[in-house]
Amino acid sequence: MRYLFRTQYRQDLSLWRHNGDRFWYGLLAVLVLIAPQILGEFYIGELGAVYIFAIAGVGLMLLVGYTGLISLGHAAFLGIGAYVNAVLLSHGVPFLITLPVAGLFTALCGALIGRPTLRMSGLYLAIATLAFGSIVGTVFQKWTSVTGGFDGFAVPTPYVFGIAVESATGIYYVSLAVLAFVLWISANLLRSPTGRAMVAIRDSEVSAQSMGIHLARYKTLVFAVSAGMTGLAGALFAHYVRFLAPDAFDVLLSIQFVTIVFVGGLGSLRGAILGAMFVRLLPQFIAIVRDDLPFGIGRLPGLEPSLFGLVLVLVILFQPDGLDGMWLKMKRWFQAFPFKRQTSFHRQKVYAKSERLR
Amino acid sequence: MQDAARILQLVVNGAASGCIYGLIALGFVLIYKATELVNFAQGDIMMLGGFVAFSLITHFHLPYWVGGLLAIIITAAFGYVLDAVVIRRVIGQPQFAVVMLTLGLGFIFRAAAGITWGYDSVGFDTPFTNKTVNINGLVLGQDNLSIIVGTVLLCGVLYLFFSKTRVGVAMQAASQNQLAAYYMGIPVRTIFSLIWAISAGVACLAGILLSPVSMIDVNMGFLGIKAFAAAVIGGFGSIPGSVIGGVIVGIVEQFAGYKLPAGFQEVTSNVVLLLMLFIRPQGLFAERMGKRV
Amino acid sequence: MILFQAEDISVRFGGIRAVDSVSFDVRQGEVFSIIGPNGAGKTTIFNLISRIYNSTSGKLVFEGKEFTRTPASQIASLGIARTFQNIELFPNATLLQNLLIGRHCHSQVGFISELLFLPSVRKAELHHREKVEDVIAFLGLERYRDSLIANLPYGVRKVVELGRALCVEPKLLLLDEPSSGLNVEETEGMGFWIEDIKKDLGITVIMVEHDMSLVNQVSDRVMALNYGKVLAMGTPHEVQTHPEVVRAYLGGEVESPA
Repeated sequence: MRYLFRTQYRQDLSLWRHNGDRFWYGLLAVLVLIAPQILGEFYIGELGAVYIFAIAGVGLMLLVGYTGLISLGHAAFLGIGAYVNAVLLSHGVPFLITLPVAGLFTALCGALIGRPTLRMSGLYLAIATLAFGSIVGTVFQKWTSVTGGFDGFAVPTPYVFGIAVESATGIYYVSLAVLAFVLWISANLLRSPTGRAMVAIRDSEVSAQSMGIHLARYKTLVFAVSAGMTGLAGALFAHYVRFLAPDAFDVLLSIQFVTIVFVGGLGSLRGAILGAMFVRLLPQFIAIVRDDLPFGIGRLPGLEPSLFGLVLVLVILFQPDGLDGMWLKMKRWFQAFPFKRQTSFHRQKVYAKSERLR
Repeated sequence: MQDAARILQLVVNGAASGCIYGLIALGFVLIYKATELVNFAQGDIMMLGGFVAFSLITHFHLPYWVGGLLAIIITAAFGYVLDAVVIRRVIGQPQFAVVMLTLGLGFIFRAAAGITWGYDSVGFDTPFTNKTVNINGLVLGQDNLSIIVGTVLLCGVLYLFFSKTRVGVAMQAASQNQLAAYYMGIPVRTIFSLIWAISAGVACLAGILLSPVSMIDVNMGFLGIKAFAAAVIGGFGSIPGSVIGGVIVGIVEQFAGYKLPAGFQEVTSNVVLLLMLFIRPQGLFAERMGKRV
Repeated sequence: MILFQAEDISVRFGGIRAVDSVSFDVRQGEVFSIIGPNGAGKTTIFNLISRIYNSTSGKLVFEGKEFTRTPASQIASLGIARTFQNIELFPNATLLQNLLIGRHCHSQVGFISELLFLPSVRKAELHHREKVEDVIAFLGLERYRDSLIANLPYGVRKVVELGRALCVEPKLLLLDEPSSGLNVEETEGMGFWIEDIKKDLGITVIMVEHDMSLVNQVSDRVMALNYGKVLAMGTPHEVQTHPEVVRAYLGGEVESPA
């Protein structure tokens, strides 16, 4: 059992709760930095993809997990970031400029879509974002002069300080850097008044207003930040896939993003990363074990999406706090050992209240 | 004369496809009105219902009407069981959780259908396939007309059901405050499951009506996304509103396909949806509600 | 000195006049109570003052300036804070975070500074924390500081709701049924806090209450409402012996609606 003793308020503001945190996360940082020396190219490529999805996951987590605004159209922002990055690169703009520009442009799009949806409650917002994602997907297909439509768009190689970033290792390090950056600013935001305003909006809009929180301003802001981060992920995604096709950014991808947030655990940054690991690595895992599955299950078509759906359903039914929740439960079990009680993690019965009258 | 005929043709086609959207939207709205949850797998239930009807009629050689009715009953029972076994467990969690749950279920349904019936499109013989009706020299497909007539009949049946029974009031109570509804002796869980059963049955009917026009296949459920536009126009609280909303979307789509270049028809329903949400989010028929603090 | 004035304020919901030409003013430093049967429009008046509802006619004036059409999110920075009848705290946050949200109207840091957590943000956060700790000490909430609101008992949540409103550092505090759900001891304690708020913090209080003992204990003046209209206004004793008020609310013949 660890007790936290505080002698100064500034200790509460720190990103790390105690020295144990600093040690373990420091170790993680070291492992992550030297991973390309240890693991083979395939695994590094996969981890790079996990980081990219984690960046988008963090963006969406801020919107959904912390502010309570659902978006079923975030694949659109990934696509916008990807195409803006690729198109600017093809005009000769250096990567170190196209990357932030892609992020900022996508953030602007997020603000534009956030503004009119402000008054919408959860359900309508979900539907509106679904429609928005679909429309943007059609724009990618039709605006062939810019995006190349179904012919695809070959993504030029980016150069960082003169070094070409095209190997899996290069993408790994760049994605890692962006992920670290995104995590840092998210953590900063969450310990500031804006982070608290987000939570307030999620839990009770009326009293948030009475405390002086301007709903429209903050909702638009969070939408913009969320879209911007997803745009950054999109720019990196373009280099991961190297060839952009407009139908990659469809509803199914948006659902994958929401799954990252949900399976990871709503309301936690660590959850976004765990969720990204789950969503990216599940297909690989299935591919590896598929031949060993009994009853010829492995040879059935449509195995991947069905397992995806099955895991999603199981998580919601039995572990609604997601992977992060499971992580915390395991940690506490170890910390309280041998005093674990049967009812420690028993879920309380909850009765639904109307969301029409928020 | 040619133009008038063409326009009428578009209107009928639009009304027919719009009725399908409306029926799916009706399923959404039934569940939403009662439980405030949205079943994003509604379109996939329509797909399953269509396949069940297909099996009953083609493999078990049941006549169309018998097979259709049996399929509706089976699908309704499936809806009941789905709620009782799965959805019930998440009551109390935020709306978002149920959205995700139904999305996940949709994946499972599509995969199960693919495994059972394969990934090709199938169809079955109906009394309306390839038959036409001649009205004043205008030739209309019976398949489209059957959709419209079937939808109207269903709305009549549902109207009687909800206005003449106590169940409707009980459903409203259960949706606004479950705990209080329990205290009033309302069998909340059974009522919710019944709603899911009705909703699934309606979805199956939609699938059966649709089959002569467009074949049944695993991805048929994605029509559900277009049905959202119908439900939103109807205000998400109104049953006739959903059907009217669907018809509006269907007709606008047909005219868009006629006037606009290829490939823009797909986007019409989404544009209509967004416009509706921005201009009049409560739909054409619903009232606004606010919270008392 | 008159701190707040409502002039002929009315609001209609459809055909129902929830508040009908109500006028009253509140002097600085006093505790002004509003009593009346359920549905009389008391909480509606609070919602009008917090600008959650738009009035259909009339004026609201605070410190000599009209605020009848000011948006709800600017009321806190004017210096008006409120509690809610059914507790509108943020259940998935800790007590400390709830109180810190109360300080929101005093935060002036820019968005980019927050993203980078510049030293100015850190300094502001520490300042807010000190102010919040003052309120925690005032209300004796130290041991609940890091608990999630969802885990706290009702009586404590009521106090947290009060604390959050105090964190706004208001000049005018609107308390909506502060004693509902509290037992006799807790109600007395609430009464002492309201007195402390008035004497030590110098905050003016408008209170909606049903508990007459609490009303008598703390109020300087009382207004009685019924069906959205003012029945009587004056000292607690005057209002409670007023025949109309007795008939409508405190006990007497059952009155049929006009």
